[in-house]
Amino acid sequence: MKLELRGITKRFGPLVANDDIHLTFESGEIHALLGENGAGKSTMMNVLYGLYEPDGGEILVDDAPVVFAGPADAMNAGIGMVHQHFMLVPVFTVAENVVLGHEPTAAGLGGLIDLTEARRRVREISDRFGFDVDPDALVEDLPVGVQQRVEIIKALSRDAKVLILDEPTAVLTPQETDELIAIMRQLREAGTSIVFITHKLREVRAVADRISVIRRGKVVGTATPDESEQQLASLMVGRSVNLGVEKAPPERGDVTFRVSDLTVIDPVGTRVIDDLSFEVRRGEIFAIAGVQGNGQSELAEVIVGLLRATSGSITLDGKELLGRSVADVLDAGVGYVPEDRSTDGLIASFSIAENLVLDLHDDAPFARAGSLSPARVAENARRRTEEFDVRLTSIQDPVSTLSGGNQQKVVLAREMSRPLRLLVASQPTRGLDVGSIEFVHKRIVTERDGGTPVVIVSTELDEVHALADRIAVMYRGRIVGVVPGDTHRDVLGLMMAGVPLEDAERSANEHHTTLGEADLEARTARSEEMTT
Amino acid sequence: MSTVTAPQPAPTAQAPVGPAVQARIAWRGPVLYLVVALISLVFFSLLTPGEDTTRFMVSTRDDFVEIAPFAVPSRATALVLSVVALALALWATRLTTQRRKVPTWVPILFGGLVLLAFLVWVMAGNTNALPLTILLTGALTLSVPLIFGSLAGLLCERSGIINIAIEGQLLGGAFLAVVVASLTDNPYAGLVAAPVAGALVGAVLVLFAVRYRIDQIIVGVVLNVLVVGVTNYLFSTVLTQNPQSLNSPPRLPTLPIPVLSQIPVIGPVLFDHSLIVYLMYVAVAVLQVMVFRSRWGLRMRAVGEHPKAADTVGIKVNLTRVRNSILGGAVAGLGGAALVSAGLAFTKELTSGKGYIALAAMILGRWSPKGALAASLLFGFADSLRQVLNNLGSPVPSQFLAMLPYLATIFAVAGLVGRVRAPAAEGIPYVK
Repeated sequence: MKLELRGITKRFGPLVANDDIHLTFESGEIHALLGENGAGKSTMMNVLYGLYEPDGGEILVDDAPVVFAGPADAMNAGIGMVHQHFMLVPVFTVAENVVLGHEPTAAGLGGLIDLTEARRRVREISDRFGFDVDPDALVEDLPVGVQQRVEIIKALSRDAKVLILDEPTAVLTPQETDELIAIMRQLREAGTSIVFITHKLREVRAVADRISVIRRGKVVGTATPDESEQQLASLMVGRSVNLGVEKAPPERGDVTFRVSDLTVIDPVGTRVIDDLSFEVRRGEIFAIAGVQGNGQSELAEVIVGLLRATSGSITLDGKELLGRSVADVLDAGVGYVPEDRSTDGLIASFSIAENLVLDLHDDAPFARAGSLSPARVAENARRRTEEFDVRLTSIQDPVSTLSGGNQQKVVLAREMSRPLRLLVASQPTRGLDVGSIEFVHKRIVTERDGGTPVVIVSTELDEVHALADRIAVMYRGRIVGVVPGDTHRDVLGLMMAGVPLEDAERSANEHHTTLGEADLEARTARSEEMTT
Repeated sequence: MSTVTAPQPAPTAQAPVGPAVQARIAWRGPVLYLVVALISLVFFSLLTPGEDTTRFMVSTRDDFVEIAPFAVPSRATALVLSVVALALALWATRLTTQRRKVPTWVPILFGGLVLLAFLVWVMAGNTNALPLTILLTGALTLSVPLIFGSLAGLLCERSGIINIAIEGQLLGGAFLAVVVASLTDNPYAGLVAAPVAGALVGAVLVLFAVRYRIDQIIVGVVLNVLVVGVTNYLFSTVLTQNPQSLNSPPRLPTLPIPVLSQIPVIGPVLFDHSLIVYLMYVAVAVLQVMVFRSRWGLRMRAVGEHPKAADTVGIKVNLTRVRNSILGGAVAGLGGAALVSAGLAFTKELTSGKGYIALAAMILGRWSPKGALAASLLFGFADSLRQVLNNLGSPVPSQFLAMLPYLATIFAVAGLVGRVRAPAAEGIPYVK
C-alpha cells in the first residue's frame, strides 16, 4: 500500500505544527522520520491517524484521496499506530486489548465476546512473528517491551498495511530495541510499510531504508542511512552540532557522599529500593542507569527528603541527611533537578523571576522581615538567565511560556546558583532539543570540574555515556553492578535487565546488538579521525 | 582542589538479583478478626446469664410447611459460635503470617458466626421469638433501592462519570412513580414513569460533565439539592392540595412464583415479592454478564479506564458516557420506584440518604453488579435488624442499632475488603 501526504498543514492557534508537509511511504520499506522533540512529528502522525483534522492538504491511499474523520477510518484504510504512550487498558488482558473495538462475538448470544476467537487471533499473530505473548496475561503485569508487542499485534490484527511506530525505543533496553528492530525487518519482508518516528540518530541509521528529516513543522530534507550521524544531526538541528560532551578525565577527591544499606518500602509493601549502598567522590559524575521504574526516581527523592526511607543512611560531608526536612537538605548544599520539570521543578503560573528564587525566597537578601524584595528578585533573575542563556521576552512572564529547553535551564540556574556540596539531577535532558542537551551537559560537567560530586539519574544510555565517570545499573531497587563510564552499551543493556556483570560481559561479547555494533563503528571511526 | 587522582574503584558486582518484591504482612485483617472474635466471646457469651434462652421463629403462619419456633440456651450457643469464630480468626492470622491469601469465604463465614452470636445475645431472655423469615425478607426488600442505586452508580463510573446524583435520581424516580401511579391508578404505570425521572437527572449530569467539563462531584451534589428542592416544592403545593388524585399510589401487587415460593424459609424470602424485586434479580444477573463479558461492557470499561485508548480504536468516548449516564439514571429511577412500591405516599426527602449508601455499596462491591448486590444486602440486613429489634425490644438503644449499617461499612471497608481500585479515568473529562 502506498500512502502519501500532500501539503498537510496543521495549526494550533498561532503555532504552525505542520507546514505544507509532502511525504510518500512506499510498501515494504522502513521510512524514518527524524526530528527533535516538538518538531511536529507526532502531530503529523496524529493527523494521519485521524486523531487531528488537518487545516490543509490531503492524504492519499494508493493515489486516491481519503478523509479520516477518526481513528476508525484510518484503521479501515490499513493504517496502524503504536503510540509513544501505549494505548492499552492496563486492567484488561492481552486478548481483550487486541480485540477492543472490533470484538468477535458469539453467534446468537446478544453481543457476548467470543474469547476463544480473541485468543486465537492473538496467538496466530504472536506465533507468526515469534512474539511469545500470553493472550490471558493482564497488560499491567507485562514488561514494557512485551506491552509494545501487544500494541503491534493490535495493529496487525486489524490488517495494518502501514505501521506507524512513534518513538518506540524510548522505553526499551538496548536488547529489547534490538528485538524490535528484528521485528521491524520481519514486517518489512512481509510487505508492511513502516514509519519509524524517532529523534535518535543511531537507530535511524541502523534500520531505515529512507530518512526524512523534520524541523519546525517542515520537511527539511531526505537522506539515506549512509549519511554520517554528524550530517544527520546538523540537518535535524539546522546548524552544526557537537555530539557528545568534551570532558577531561575526572579529578577525584575525597568521598563526601555516602549511601549505605538504604531501603525504601512503599505503602503497598514493595521494596522500591532494596539495601542499596554506594559512594561518590568529589569531582566525579556518578550515573545511575536503568529502565524506568526500577527505583532510580525514588532514590533521587529519598536523597532530597521528598520520600521517607525505611532504613539505612545517607551522609553528605559526614552529616546524616535522612530524617531531615527538604529545606534542611537543600541548606546542606544539595542541588536537585527533578525528573519532571513541569510538575516538580517549576510552578507553571509563577513568573520566571519567582521560579528562580523558589528555594531562597525566605532568605536574605530576597526577603527581609517576612516580605519579598521584588527588585532583588528581578536583579537575581536577570543575572541567572543571562548566565544560563535562557531565551525569554521578560523575566516577569509565567515560566510556562518558555520552551522545554529554556524551562530546564531555569531549573538548573536555580539549583546551581548556590554553592553546592552535591548535585542530584534526574533525567536532566528529557524532552530537550539537541542544542539544549549540549548546554545542560556542559553545565553539569562544569559543576563536576568545580569539585562537586554529581549524581545523575538517567534512562537514556546516550546520556549516561556522555556524562558518567562511573555507572551504577539499577534493577528492581538494587544495584546490579558499578562499572566504568565507558562500559559497552550491550553490557549495560543486559545489566539493565538484571543480568550480573560477569554474565553480562560474557554474553555481550558473544552477541552484539545492532546499535552496539553501530557504537563500536562510531568509536573506531572517531579514533581513525584522530590519528589522521 | 585535590590534584591527586583517586584510584579507579574496582567494578563490583553484587549477588544475583532475586525477587526484590516481598509484601509486608498486612496485620490489619488478622487484628480485626481477633478483636471482633474476642468481643463476641466476652460480651455475647461469657457475660450472658447462664439460664437465659433465645427463641427463634422460622416460618410464618401461612407457610406451606410449618416449622415450630424453637429455643436454644443463650450462653452455650453464643459460646460455641464465638469459639468457632475465634478459631477461624486464629487460622486467618496463621495464613497471614505465612503470607498466604485468606480465602474469600473466611470473612463471610466469620461475619455470619459473629452476627448469629450477636442475635443470640440480643434476644437472650426475651419472651418474643426472633422471626428469622421476616428479618430476611425485610433485608431483601430494604436493599432493593440500594441495589438499583449502586447499579446506576457503577454504570456511570465504569464509563468514567462519577455519579453522586444517585440520591437525586432515586428521589426523582420515587416522586414520579407516586404521581403517575396515583393519576392512572395503575402501579405499573408508576414503574414505567420512574426511570424517566432518573434518566432526566442522569442526562443533566452528563451534559454538564461532558459538554461543559464541570467537576462531576459538584454537579452531582448540586443536582441532589436541586431535586430535593423541586420535589419539596411540588409536594407542598400541588401534592398536598390534591392528595387523593396525586399522592395515593396503589400498592404494587405481590406475585408469588408458583412452587418456588412454597419452599420453607427460602420461598417467602426470595420468591414472594412484587415485580420490582424480580426486575432487580434480572438486572443484577444481566448486568453481571454484560459488563464483564459483552462487547458493550468491554467498550464501556475501556472508556472508563483509558479513554484515549478507546478513542484510538474507534470507540466514541463521550457518546458512551452519555448513553451510560442516562441508562444509569434510569436504573436509579427504578430504585426510586422500589422505595414506594408498597403503596407509600410521597413525603419530603423520602430517600433520606439512601443514594449515598448505594454509592458506598458500589465501592464496597468493587464496581461489580454482584458485589453491589452483596454490599446492598449487608446494608439492607442491618436496616431490617434495626426495625425488627425495635419492635421486639432489645437491651441495645435503638439509636445504636441505627448505626449498625454504617459500622458494618467501616469494618468491611477497613479490614475485610482490601484494596479497591476505581476506574482509572473516573471523573476526568475526555478532551482530544
